Amino acid sequence: MSATSPPGAAAPRATPAVSRQGDAAVVTIEDLYKNFGSLEVLKGIDLAIAWGEKVAIIGPSGSGKSTLLRCVNYLEVPTRGHIYLEGELFGERLVDGRHVRMSERELASQRKHIGMIFQSFYLWPHLTARENVAIAPEKVFGLPRKAALELADTMLAKVHLAEKRDAFPERLSGGQQQRVAIARALAQEPKVILFDEPTSALDPELVGEVLKVIEELAAEGRSMMLVTHEIRFAQNVADRVVFIDHGVIVEQGPPAEVIRRPSHERTRSFLSQLLQDG
Amino acid sequence: MFAAVLLGGAVVSVWIMLGAFSVAVVVGLFMALVASTRNRPLRFLVTCYVEVFRNVPALTQLFIIYFGLAQIGLRLQPIPAAIIGLGLGGGALLTEVFRAGIEALHHGQREAALAVGMTPLMAVRHIILPQAWRIVLPPLGNYSMSLLKETSVASAIAAPEIMFYARQLVTRTFETPLIYSMTAFLYLAMCLPIGRLVARLERGSRSWQ
Ligand SMILES: Nc1ncnc2c1ncn2[C@@H]1O[C@H](COP(=O)(O)OP(=O)(O)OP(=O)(O)O)[C@@H](O)[C@H]1O
Ligand SMILES: [Mg+2]
Repeated sequence: MSATSPPGAAAPRATPAVSRQGDAAVVTIEDLYKNFGSLEVLKGIDLAIAWGEKVAIIGPSGSGKSTLLRCVNYLEVPTRGHIYLEGELFGERLVDGRHVRMSERELASQRKHIGMIFQSFYLWPHLTARENVAIAPEKVFGLPRKAALELADTMLAKVHLAEKRDAFPERLSGGQQQRVAIARALAQEPKVILFDEPTSALDPELVGEVLKVIEELAAEGRSMMLVTHEIRFAQNVADRVVFIDHGVIVEQGPPAEVIRRPSHERTRSFLSQLLQDG
Repeated sequence: MFAAVLLGGAVVSVWIMLGAFSVAVVVGLFMALVASTRNRPLRFLVTCYVEVFRNVPALTQLFIIYFGLAQIGLRLQPIPAAIIGLGLGGGALLTEVFRAGIEALHHGQREAALAVGMTPLMAVRHIILPQAWRIVLPPLGNYSMSLLKETSVASAIAAPEIMFYARQLVTRTFETPLIYSMTAFLYLAMCLPIGRLVARLERGSRSWQ
């Protein structure tokens, strides 16, 4: 899979809900490297996520999946390479043909278009479910408080938690917390949602309710990057499966191919390991 | 009669305490936030500040600010000098308190805030501080009470607070036991409500656990 060419001067400065610029990808990852000190975690990732596409990312522990997602929204700053959101350079600007990091302020105004779901939810414990969802619409997007709370109610209803809106996270089960976190991301009206093992921290009996919500979102045609160990789920939901090992993409393709008929030995042994465990 | 004089001093003590407390909170919060950034030179400066002020007695600090600065032409009135001196000392203490409060939070709290598009400053304001507040409230209460007692050192630079008047009255009237017990009673009467207030704030801050 080759990287789409970096869109140049034609791209106007980002405004919310900018047009889709033809068939450009929603997210483009170009020649991405990430080191932590001397540890090379990502070693040249090229990946483009088309509009509405659901890309599952699988791979062994420590292969760099989380780091990849965190580089997409610049929670980690890439060591080399670039990210584009809707064809627009992300986290950086071109100054005299050179890439320069954005200010935190500019970065925040780009990041608000990307939703992220963490393995351990990271709900804010001092806010109710409703406030967790409403705070970004109010403080980041500038909605009046009342409208933000109404939007929160709508989003909580989407994840089937309308009746829990006044509960603090502490009082919610893991599955419910993760669904609130999904509602929180939905309230950003994100162009793409990044899921980092959304069900790995859950008790087995709670996994289903979260996967169901994610499937519903997938059915709405949302663009998603999904790191998961749930192979069956990946097979059902994803348009494409990407297998990562040691910081490189080993193989990728439709789920039926990558999961049923993997062409690389590393993919095969990873999958058989996973099927044995789970 | 003694009571009126001492009460006048008590008012000044409370002013010094409130002033120093405000200085300490602002300085401490600022230093703690600086300490949580990645800027190494700035962090080093914060460490220097904390170590210097934490390891020099309040009385010495006051003398430096009051007498020492006067030597180089910066002459402060006793009350402002006491407020600044005690405030900077308290700021060092509160830097540590706030830093501990912020560090007690999981880094994911901040990351989730950044991920929804908050700036780092918004994350501090809406996510970090409201949670750290609950952690720092008890030490903050303890600090304010010990600060009120510590204002007595300001008598050494002739700030007209309780101890200053108490000593004056004693030298004039030799009613030592009476005057110092009244003084003690006044400190007690001022400290107890602070403890109550803090306990109330702790209960009043929304419980989420
Ligand atoms: N902030 C960091 N500092 C130093 N090393 C890090 C950091 N974050 C990740 N790493 C290292 O980078 C490597 C890849 O980590 P990453 O979390 O991306 O893997 P992963 O594929 O998500 O694994 P898992 O399936 O266990 O979640 C690991 O060796 C990890 O220890
Ligand atoms: Mg991971």
